[in-house]
Amino acid sequence: MSDKLQPKVSQKKTLSSTTFLLLITIGLFIVMYVAGMILLADKGFSKPQMFCNLLIDNAGLIVISLGLTIVMITGGIDISVGSVTALVCMASAYSMEKSGASVYMALALSLGIGLAFGIVQGFLVSYLKIQPFIVTLAGMFFGRGMTAIISTEMISIKNTTFLSWAQFKISLPIGTVNKKGIFQAAYIYPTVIVALLALVVVFMMLRYTKFGRSLYAIGGNDQSAMMMGLNVKRTKFVAYIISGFLAGLGGFLFCLNTGAGFVEQAKGLEMDAISASVIGGTMLSGGVGNPIGTLFGVMIKGTINSLITTQGTLSSWWVRIAVAALLCFFIVLQSIIGSKGKKRKKS
Amino acid sequence: MSLKNKLKKITISHLFFPIMCLLIVLVVNVIKTPNFFEISINNGVLYGYVIDVINRGSELVILALGMTLVTAASKGQDISVGATMAVAAAVCCQILSGGEASVTGFQNSLLLAMLTALVVAAACGALNGFLVAKMHIQPMVATLILYTAGRGIAQLVTKGQITYIRVDSYKILGGYIPGCPVPTPIFVAIAAAVIIALLFKFTTLGLYIESVGINSNASRLVGLNSTKIIFIVYVICGVLAGIAGLVNSSRIYSADANNIGLNLEMDAILAVALGGNLLSGGKFNLAGSIIGAYTIQALSTTLYAMDVKADQLPVYKAVVVIIIVTLQSEVFRSFIKNLRTKNTGHGGSALNKEVQ
Repeated sequence: MSDKLQPKVSQKKTLSSTTFLLLITIGLFIVMYVAGMILLADKGFSKPQMFCNLLIDNAGLIVISLGLTIVMITGGIDISVGSVTALVCMASAYSMEKSGASVYMALALSLGIGLAFGIVQGFLVSYLKIQPFIVTLAGMFFGRGMTAIISTEMISIKNTTFLSWAQFKISLPIGTVNKKGIFQAAYIYPTVIVALLALVVVFMMLRYTKFGRSLYAIGGNDQSAMMMGLNVKRTKFVAYIISGFLAGLGGFLFCLNTGAGFVEQAKGLEMDAISASVIGGTMLSGGVGNPIGTLFGVMIKGTINSLITTQGTLSSWWVRIAVAALLCFFIVLQSIIGSKGKKRKKS
Repeated sequence: MSLKNKLKKITISHLFFPIMCLLIVLVVNVIKTPNFFEISINNGVLYGYVIDVINRGSELVILALGMTLVTAASKGQDISVGATMAVAAAVCCQILSGGEASVTGFQNSLLLAMLTALVVAAACGALNGFLVAKMHIQPMVATLILYTAGRGIAQLVTKGQITYIRVDSYKILGGYIPGCPVPTPIFVAIAAAVIIALLFKFTTLGLYIESVGINSNASRLVGLNSTKIIFIVYVICGVLAGIAGLVNSSRIYSADANNIGLNLEMDAILAVALGGNLLSGGKFNLAGSIIGAYTIQALSTTLYAMDVKADQLPVYKAVVVIIIVTLQSEVFRSFIKNLRTKNTGHGGSALNKEVQ
């Protein structure tokens, strides 16, 4: 009887600690946003459009961070995503503007680039057992360099279909009434819908498919996962491919938002995505993570950004410091929760 | 047979791989630019490609020393060294200028400024060390915090502007000592290497670092304070990054928070890997890392000489990294070993079985 009970108890414990992290993240986001709405109400922070802008600005980052969350759940990391984004933007811009390709071809090219990065990096990490940090570091170098090889000058996209995609406003039933008494509906772009769809798909995959559950098992302990009969190498390989694909897709969304390709684009985006995942409760040691948390991680980062820019007097480098402080807080929190769990297991 | 044995001895030596890499780069250089090894004296100082490589590579050597120790002890890398460089440079220049954007004379003493900068750099290292050693956070993740915040802090210190120190004595560290034809950074790099080497020769720290890196739990059980050793290593790495930051800042006689040491952490990690050190920690080889650092610098200089743009450089570096780590990987090595034993036939496989 007691034997049967024990695993149940431990399962509950891990669940509660992860839910705890997720709740902290969501709570922090709400507190931050409400504080912004109260303090900066006169600067338009309380308008629904402000919230939509948050989604619009971060649609690409949400998709990229989702991919990173999947990789981080397996205990790996992918720091090439920022460069992949730059490469995707540049390749799309170049193919549409200089080679006369259609938007669909550019989109296919973007996804292809992402997949190619995922396959090569995944192979090196899972089958050759090279440290993921080093492999994706090389990927990061490669992506950034290739961007410069395509073109060192900025290419802005003037393709009409592309622009119509990028500027297609989807009005929402919520909105504000302006001074003249005319109702102004809040709007979002299609990128937001794609990002939210990706979120739902990833969430379903991680929660309800065999593949998703084996990702958690491998991240928790790849030795025991292997002994249980899971194909560790292949699962890791596929995780990197998915991450690469999402990086390609996220890169294209990013491109729709910026409408240009240049070498310095999306610099440091990989660190944004990693910190968003960590703030969202993904454990860097693997085995724990939730795409919903990642969404809120991105939103918290976005809120810090828009708080500081809307406020107006604080300089832009405060964004970095604030994000790093938050990151520090969450990493230490994870470490404390993690060590507590270990101690309990030991006793 | 004896020749074969000798060859085997050379090839399995730790320094064989890094030296081979350096030789390959140098040979390519000589083919591409025949005057590569020419050294001339202009205006009382040495000129030439080789001098340039050794001079420009100084910061990388200093960083690679710290990175080697961190890698060996904590099985991970410190990605905040570039940001630490920027912070040290910003602190030093801000103290020297007394808050002005551009000065032609020191507002405070040079020694005070440099010492403060190094103390701040050591504090950065201590933060990393605390997170890694005490809180048991993965090194790359713990240092990610400072990587994100470092340049922000540096900009906070310099109030977002580039602080210029237009004083000749400030330019010495990154330039030339009057009357000496050899660039000063070379001396700084040598001094750093010698001090670290002496530290390991006369103390047991080096041995302890390897022991902690190979198995920190076992080391703790035999009585080593793993936490303290990892912490010390991170502080050393921080101080070395601070020194590199000062040299770099002196080169451009300013503190440019956004550009000092940019992407240099990646080069330093690459230097450690090129030097034949395993990135998964344990045994380390400082000489290898130093050679690795110069190899990277030589590679960069070569590519610049071949009209490769600075932005395109990373592609070549990426290819080099992938080749090196693939060669280093255990899976690849055992694959090659299997091929060899298959080729030698029954004798080899029998030996293999015996070993097993």
